[in-house]
Amino acid sequence: MKRALTITKSGDRDLVMTREFDAPRKLVYDAHTKPDLVRRWLLGPPGWTMPVCDMDVRVGGTYRWVWRKETDGSEMGMGGVYREVKAPERLVTTERFDEAWYPGESLNTLVLIEQGGRTTLTQTMRYESPAAREAVIKSGMEKGVEASYDRLADVLAASAATQR
Amino acid sequence: MQATHRLDAVFAALADPTRRAIIARLATGQASVMELAEPFAMSQPAISKHLKVLERAGLISRGREAQRRPRRLEAKRLEEADQWLERYRKLWEANYQRLDTLLEQLKTQEKERKSR
Repeated sequence: MKRALTITKSGDRDLVMTREFDAPRKLVYDAHTKPDLVRRWLLGPPGWTMPVCDMDVRVGGTYRWVWRKETDGSEMGMGGVYREVKAPERLVTTERFDEAWYPGESLNTLVLIEQGGRTTLTQTMRYESPAAREAVIKSGMEKGVEASYDRLADVLAASAATQR
Repeated sequence: MQATHRLDAVFAALADPTRRAIIARLATGQASVMELAEPFAMSQPAISKHLKVLERAGLISRGREAQRRPRRLEAKRLEEADQWLERYRKLWEANYQRLDTLLEQLKTQEKERKSR
């Protein structure tokens, strides 16, 4: 079974993730659009919770997500707008972090394709510019030390939580 | 080269299937241009062009032997490029494993609802 998650660069400003799930796409779509379900998996590293998960899933509606690291109370928030909502196959959202470490926002496109009861998820993150994508990647590249690894993990946790 | 530019060059170099195949070949040991050209339906100049791109990105280097000038892989550069995506991948993989569990629960719930 091909379950492994792949992440690749595409074009000059996209990152593309693909992953297969052993479930019909309606369920995968629900897990991305119903707050009580989103909160159960979109958490990032261990020790983080998701105290705020507000989602108004319709075109022009907004979403707001906040994660908290329970050990020290630090928080990471982000949000955006639903640009396209086409259940159960496509969601397009904007994404911007409260404390963005890259310029502008990203445009995230989630596509779900079902075949034989299984679903292939493709999530494309389009950044504002090639430089913005590099900043996202650089945030992980240039800090070799352990402490910033933790911070990166935090940032990515939020980012992870973000992508739908 | 700045780290970000270098990373750009690495990813650009790896975007091409022939160059990825060359990297895969060099991962098994160094090889001359002629040896590298063999498996491809490509002229030596065409292969040399690909090798130049890989060299500029720091992914491969040339040996000293005057005649053969064997190319070899600079594994460190490849790892650098891989690191970030790998950490990002791990983070998402953790999320998606939780999603796997959730989907199993949802499927069970649906089945129970239908059989009721």
